[in-house]
Amino acid sequence: MTTSNSIRPQTVRAWYRIHKWSSLICTAFLLMACVTGLPLVFSDELQAVLESHVAPVQADPGAATANVGAMVAQAQARFPSLRPFNVYWDDDEPRIFVNMSPSDKPKDGEIKQAVFDAHTGRLLEIPTDRFNLIGFFLRLHSEMFLGLTGELVMGVMALSFVLSLVSGALVYGPFMRRLSFGTYRADGKPRTRWFDLHNLLGIVTLTWAFVVGATGVMNAISTPLFGLWRAQTMPAILAPYHGKPAPTHLQSVDTTVQEVASAMPAMRITSVLFPNKIFGSPQHYLVWTEGKTPLTSRLMTPALVDVQTGALTISKGLPWYLRALEVSRPLHFGDYGGVPLKIIWALFDVALIVVLLSGVYLWMIRRKAPVEKELNRLVKLEEEKVGVLAR
Amino acid sequence: MSYSFPFRKVYGPAVVIAVITLCGLLSALFGDGIWDALSWVALIVPLAVIVRYYYSGRRGSVRRPGMSGKAL
Repeated sequence: MTTSNSIRPQTVRAWYRIHKWSSLICTAFLLMACVTGLPLVFSDELQAVLESHVAPVQADPGAATANVGAMVAQAQARFPSLRPFNVYWDDDEPRIFVNMSPSDKPKDGEIKQAVFDAHTGRLLEIPTDRFNLIGFFLRLHSEMFLGLTGELVMGVMALSFVLSLVSGALVYGPFMRRLSFGTYRADGKPRTRWFDLHNLLGIVTLTWAFVVGATGVMNAISTPLFGLWRAQTMPAILAPYHGKPAPTHLQSVDTTVQEVASAMPAMRITSVLFPNKIFGSPQHYLVWTEGKTPLTSRLMTPALVDVQTGALTISKGLPWYLRALEVSRPLHFGDYGGVPLKIIWALFDVALIVVLLSGVYLWMIRRKAPVEKELNRLVKLEEEKVGVLAR
Repeated sequence: MSYSFPFRKVYGPAVVIAVITLCGLLSALFGDGIWDALSWVALIVPLAVIVRYYYSGRRGSVRRPGMSGKAL
């Protein structure tokens, strides 16, 4: 059975124009994102090769964690002019990182780090501030060294990319109507060859590209989304503290961690943020937790613990837009299915680069002239026909 | 005057590939082990489709009677 669909040439011309312009707007940025994204897919593997670190002592997985407060005190002794910013637990190895900062909102390079063995509590190393290649690619990829402005620009580019994918899928039908699926005329003119390749690679990688593009939009607006969440939740939590001085005595990190662990047994604690006006609460430890299963490990739940009384002030799930952001992260990075998935991700990335370059090529060799002329001719015919009928 | 095209013929394979890709993208989210393997197998499909048509185009490019050389 074949169902035939009819589309007016005006409609095709409109889609074609949307495809052309939305692609032209984002292509340069997208090429940059594809090229920098390639090493980022393998950032874990590259990090292991490029950056050696002092390994912790091998211990039983169930071995008790050493005193975190003592680690913070050691870091404080190393950096007397700074104050504790946050503590976080390494995913892969039994290591605990203590970050020290001069302020609540540290600038680039201001954070100093001390790395501890989670079981023995011994200071493993103070990483030196050397050039971080992965960090360089990540910043170029996500914000082009322009901070929030760059993030938002990349967000608009990702949105434009999604638009070009949708419009591209829509013009694919009319353009392919006389060709069978997967036509590649290797003996054709360069124009024909690249046109075929653009269509074949474009339609086959469409779903992957759409998912990576849409999740790229989500990642690009993560800073405003977290800001929105803080603006929605913090005022109510901080209202009872209004007019009270900043806390002087802080409950120990270890007590806080134990408290949260027993209150949220299904969760694993990933980090503790010290009182912070910008990223958390000036009166609380902000404890980030994640689920223990593969599915829930992407879903973070924050807990706020009063630094003086130890009262667990809040421990509930994040709003839907941050949940969507959390789920969208792995789908953008491709780091959720082992090395084979990363290789697949890289191959899709290369295919997308070919789609982008062939698109630019097709536009540059004035493919636009015959296609648009043809579309204009058809639109004119259609209008004349409508005119005749109207008379 | 309008474009009429056999929707199933033109978009059919694309929809099948889209569904397979989506299954592959989501399955690795649900768990490890078998879920990851399922994801690899599903996501290899679109890549294999590219390779297959690219090479069949190169090999069979001489004999393709009745194929219009024009896109529009």
